[in-house]
Amino acid sequence: MSQTFLGMPHAPAGVGHLHGDRPFPDAARDALANTQLRRNLGHATATIRAKRASVVGELDDWEELRLAGEALKAYTMAHLDRLLPQLEAAVTARGGVVHWARDATEANQIVVDLVRATGTDEVVKVKSMATAEIGLNEALAAAGIAAVETDLAELIVQLGHDEPSHILVPAIHRNRAEIREIFLREMPGVDPELTDEPRRLAMAARAHLRAKFLTTKVAISGANFGIAETGTITVVESEGNGRMCLTLPDTLITVMGIEKVVPTWTDLEVFLQLLPRSSTGERMNPYTSTWTGVTPGDGPQTFHLVLVDNGRTAVLADPAGRSALHCIRCSACLNVCPVYERAGGHAYGSVYPGPIGAVLTPQLTGAATSLPYASSLCGACFDACPVRIDIPSMLVHLRSTQPHPATERAAFEAVAWTMASAGRFRLGERLLRLGRLIARRGRIRRLPPPLSAWTDTRDLPAPPQQTFRDWWSAR
Amino acid sequence: MRVALFVTCLADAMFPDVGRATVAVLERLGVEVVFPPGQTCCGQMHVNTGYQRQAAKLVRNHVDVFEPYDYVVAPSGSCVGSVRHQHAMVARNAGDAGLADRAQSVATRTYELSEFLIDVLGVEDVGAAYPHRVTYHPTCHSLRMLRVGDKPLRLLRHVRGLDLVELPDADQCCGFGGTFAVKNADTSTAMLADKMRSVLSTRAEAVCAGDSSCLMHIGGGLSRLRTGVRPIHLAEILASTGSAG
Repeated sequence: MSQTFLGMPHAPAGVGHLHGDRPFPDAARDALANTQLRRNLGHATATIRAKRASVVGELDDWEELRLAGEALKAYTMAHLDRLLPQLEAAVTARGGVVHWARDATEANQIVVDLVRATGTDEVVKVKSMATAEIGLNEALAAAGIAAVETDLAELIVQLGHDEPSHILVPAIHRNRAEIREIFLREMPGVDPELTDEPRRLAMAARAHLRAKFLTTKVAISGANFGIAETGTITVVESEGNGRMCLTLPDTLITVMGIEKVVPTWTDLEVFLQLLPRSSTGERMNPYTSTWTGVTPGDGPQTFHLVLVDNGRTAVLADPAGRSALHCIRCSACLNVCPVYERAGGHAYGSVYPGPIGAVLTPQLTGAATSLPYASSLCGACFDACPVRIDIPSMLVHLRSTQPHPATERAAFEAVAWTMASAGRFRLGERLLRLGRLIARRGRIRRLPPPLSAWTDTRDLPAPPQQTFRDWWSAR
Repeated sequence: MRVALFVTCLADAMFPDVGRATVAVLERLGVEVVFPPGQTCCGQMHVNTGYQRQAAKLVRNHVDVFEPYDYVVAPSGSCVGSVRHQHAMVARNAGDAGLADRAQSVATRTYELSEFLIDVLGVEDVGAAYPHRVTYHPTCHSLRMLRVGDKPLRLLRHVRGLDLVELPDADQCCGFGGTFAVKNADTSTAMLADKMRSVLSTRAEAVCAGDSSCLMHIGGGLSRLRTGVRPIHLAEILASTGSAG
C-alpha cells in the first residue's frame, strides 16, 4: 500500500461481515462440493443474466448511460468534502438528525443508542448492505434488541441462521424446498400444511411480516442514494416491504455509506435506469421511495441519518482502487462471474461477494486476503458493470499490493531473471525439454506440488523436440 | 510488407507448430516475416500474479526488441492484450515514463493474428482448407481486452471444407486464467468441466481458439478424459491446406 494510506481509517478487524476467516480456495472447495448449491446458483444466475441482457438490449443509449453513471460517480467522489456537508445541512433543515460514524463500531453504537432511547426492543429492517456490512443485527441483539428482516430473501437467511450469499438475492443458494423447511421450522404460527409453491411461501411470509409492520415503532433502512442538493434519501426495492418500513413506524433510522451521495435530484434519472436493468433485469424497479427529513403528520416523525465511513476514505485515497466506491450494489458482476457462479457467495467470506467484493473487501479492510486472486480475469464483470468499474485492472493492482509466499516469490524472481534475456530463456527452454523424460505418449500426467494442482485434473503436453526459435534458426 | 513475429514464450517453448503456422499463413499472403531473436515473454503472468516490479524487466526487453518494427504480430489475444493494456502501466508504475511512452508506441503497432489479417491486410480468405468439424472458443482476452469480435469466425468461415459448429455458452471463461488455474485449481477445474461439456455437446473433432494457453487448459482436460477431441490453434487451421489432418 502506498504511504497515502497513513491515518486513513480502515474497517476495524473482527467487526461486521467484511472479513472471512478462511482463504478463498479452501472455502470454494467446500462450495464446489455442494452440488445442490451449484445447481441453485447456476440456475439463478443464468436466469438473471438472460433477463438483464434482454432489457439492456432494449436501450439504444445504454453505453452512454454507463458513461454518464461513471462520470457522475467520479465527480461525486472528487467532491465528497463538499457534497456530504451539503447533504447534512439539507437533511437537518428538513427536521432530520445526521450522525457521523468513522467505523462499524461507532455506527452500531449510534444506532443502538437511538433505538434504546425509543424504549423499544424490536425493530423492522429493510434489506441493507450497509447494516449487513457493519454487523448491526448482531450489535442490536447484544443490546437486547431484536431486528426483524422484512425483505423476503433476507428473512429466509435470518430464519435459516444463515449468511447471505448474494448482494441482490441473499438466499440465492436456497431452493424452495429448503425455504419451506426453514419456514416450517422457524416461523411462529405457520400453517403446518405449507407447500413449496412460491405463492404459498410468499403468503406465509407476508402474514408473518404484516404483524411486525403494524406493531413495530422503529425501522432501520439503508439508502440507495442520498441527494446532497435536497437532503432526499432514496430506497429502491421490489416487494413493498421497504415502503412499509419507511412509512409506518414512528422513528426511521437510515444507515448510509458516505459514497452513496449523489449531487442533484436530476442525477437519479441516470441511476434509476442503470440500477434495475442491471440488477433484477427489470425496466424499472417496482417501488422507489424517497423522503426528505420529516413531514408533520405523515410518515415517521423522527428521522436519523447515520453516515458511515468504515474504510471508505481509505479506498478513496488510492487512485488505482477508488472507483470501487462507484459501486451501486446492482450485483450484475456477480451474475456474470464464472467464479462466483461455481464457488458461490459464502466462499468470499464477506457481505460483498463476487468480483466487486474481491476488490472492495480487501480495500475496505486493508487486510491481506486471497480474494484478489479469486478471478480468472476474464473481464465479464467490467462489461456488465453499469458504472464501468474496471474490476479486472483493479484486481491486478491489488495483487501487486498483497504479500506473496516466499517460495512463489523466489520462483517468479527466477523466471523473470531467466526471461529478461533471450540467451537465458533459450537455456531455460533446454531445461524444459527434460520434461520429455517424464512424458508418456506425449503427455505428462503427474507433476510434483505445486504444479500437481494442474496435473490433478489436466494433462500437460510433453515439451516439443525442437522449440520455435531452434526451428527458425535452422530454417 | 515486413512484419516482426512475436511468437510468445509459450508457443516458442511448448507449441512451436503454432509459430510455424503463423509464419506459413503470413508468408502465403506475401508478408516478409522476421523473428527478432531477442524476444522472450510479455510478462503478463508476472503482472497478473502481482509481480509488476519483476515484469518491468520483461517489458523493457520486449520494447527494446520490437521497437524497430512497423508491425508486430502474435498468435495470442492474451499476450497482445498484455502488450496493449499493461506494458505502459507497468513501466509507469516502475517510474520510467520514457519506457511507458515507448511501450505505448509499440503497443499501437502490435496485432493479434486475426486482427492483422483482417484490419491490416484486409484479407478474410487466407486460402486454407481444413475438412473437419470444428468448434471455436473465443478466449476472454481476445473477446474483452482486444474486442476482436467475429474476426476469427470470419476467417474460419472462409476455410474450405471446415464444418464450423457453434459452441454453447462460448463467451464463458474456460477457467484457465494463468496462475488462477493453480491457485484456485478446484474452481478452475469446475469451469473447465462446463467448457468441456459444451465442447463435447457440439460433437466437433477439434476445439479451436486463438490462444495456446487456453488451449493447453481445455486440451489438458480433454486429454485427461480421453475424449479424442483435439485442441487446435486458429493459426494452425489457417495454415492448413487440407492435405493432412
